[in-house]
Amino acid sequence: MMIFRYVADERNMNPSEEETQKIMQQWQSWIGGIAGQGKLESTEALGYTGKSVDGKHVVTDGPYAEVKEIVGGYLTVKCETEAEALEHAKGCPILHETGGKVEVREIMVF
Amino acid sequence: MSHNTLIPHLFRTEFSKIIAVICKSYGLQNIQAAEDIVSETFLAASETWGLKGTPDNPQAWLYQVAKNKTKDYLKRKILFREKITPNLSHNDSQNPVDDINLSENNITDSQLQMLFAVSNPILPPEAQTALALRVLCGFGINEIALAFLSNKQSINKRLLRAKQKLRDNKVEMVMPDKNELANRLSSVLATIYLLFNEGYYSTTSEVKIKRDLCFEAMRLLVLLLNYPPANLPKCNALMALMCFQASRFDARLDESGEIILYENQNREKWDFELIEQGEYYMNQSANGDVISKYHLQAAIAFWHTRVEDETGKWENILQLYNQLLQIQYSPIAALNRTFALSKVKGKKQAIKEALKIDLKDYHLYQSLLAELYTDLDKKKAKQHWQMAFDLANTEGERKVIKKKIMACG
Repeated sequence: MMIFRYVADERNMNPSEEETQKIMQQWQSWIGGIAGQGKLESTEALGYTGKSVDGKHVVTDGPYAEVKEIVGGYLTVKCETEAEALEHAKGCPILHETGGKVEVREIMVF
Repeated sequence: MSHNTLIPHLFRTEFSKIIAVICKSYGLQNIQAAEDIVSETFLAASETWGLKGTPDNPQAWLYQVAKNKTKDYLKRKILFREKITPNLSHNDSQNPVDDINLSENNITDSQLQMLFAVSNPILPPEAQTALALRVLCGFGINEIALAFLSNKQSINKRLLRAKQKLRDNKVEMVMPDKNELANRLSSVLATIYLLFNEGYYSTTSEVKIKRDLCFEAMRLLVLLLNYPPANLPKCNALMALMCFQASRFDARLDESGEIILYENQNREKWDFELIEQGEYYMNQSANGDVISKYHLQAAIAFWHTRVEDETGKWENILQLYNQLLQIQYSPIAALNRTFALSKVKGKKQAIKEALKIDLKDYHLYQSLLAELYTDLDKKKAKQHWQMAFDLANTEGERKVIKKKIMACG
């Protein structure tokens, strides 16, 4: 699974319509490429806001940790090796964002 | 119309109606008997009309004879049940031998129910199509064999097994209720589109049969659309898709039945009325909040009805394929997406992505690579054309590829 992380800032929180279009296209192209290889399992984008629940069932605003680092979404890709997954990750549009990172994790099978 | 042409024509239209009505009244398990009854009716027609001339109302004549034969059959069956096997359990309806209702409404209802019955997911896809062709479209066994590039025996076996399965699973003729409808609709649409594809992509050389398959599929979908609870956006989307594709039917094949590729088609042979119809259905489908794969495919087909120089054509097609592949992967969609990519980002980029796709044994994959390498690397283009040739399934395809190989020099 590839988890997309980035740092929320003025620019990526309020994109212009043109930027949004361009970004959407980049994502669709990248995802489409993976889907075209028959390797897409699933993918979702996550919204900008949310809530957190802690051990004492206290609900707080926002998905943020310390710095405004957010998880933007995920994509599950079918691969034989971690190296393959990393290759796919290199094309991910999140890398163009501020502090953009892709975390590549193997899904556990029990 | 002389009775020689009238009877085959009536067979095509009335066969399915009468069978559907009989099965609705007396149960799907009697489907074989229904077929036999209607076949006998038509046999009687060809014998009688040949001697005494065509009746004033041929349809009414057929219906009356079919009704009588059904009554006879049921009387014999009840006799069998009451006198000979009184202890065997049976699940035939307890209806007395009453009049079979061949009103227009009942015919439509019955055919709809039959459509849902043959689209039952317990039947394998080839069985669904064969059964639909036989029972809903009135195709003869020979015609079905021709359409599937098979033979009479195989088709008969397939039909027999399908009917047995329906019997074993006690499948009934009934309209699914509202909650079930959405689910069952997927199978029905899949069956209808399968039927359409048999005609559109069929490798049989009988052009007439191909066209008939396409139009039968469209006729069945219209039947479905006229049933308000089934008049959903995705059904309209499928109709749009079929209209757009069918609009190129005349342009796709030359006089000898060979395929003419899209770039080489004579656009004047495109059926613009069908394109307009497609647009109508596309508008109807632009409702609700679900984008089905049919919506995407219809949109792609729509763009193909537009000439190249319209801006955004290939960018749009590319994005549509991106979305389609996320909903459902298929090798054809993957290849088409790559082709669209080449139009938007150029051949080199497309080749890069194409090489990541693992479809080496698929002749269309090799053809795509050959097309992409053309003008870039003659040697590679020829190599891929050769591989495509070796993998091709039909004479028609091999002919087209041979020409490409020759053009490489």
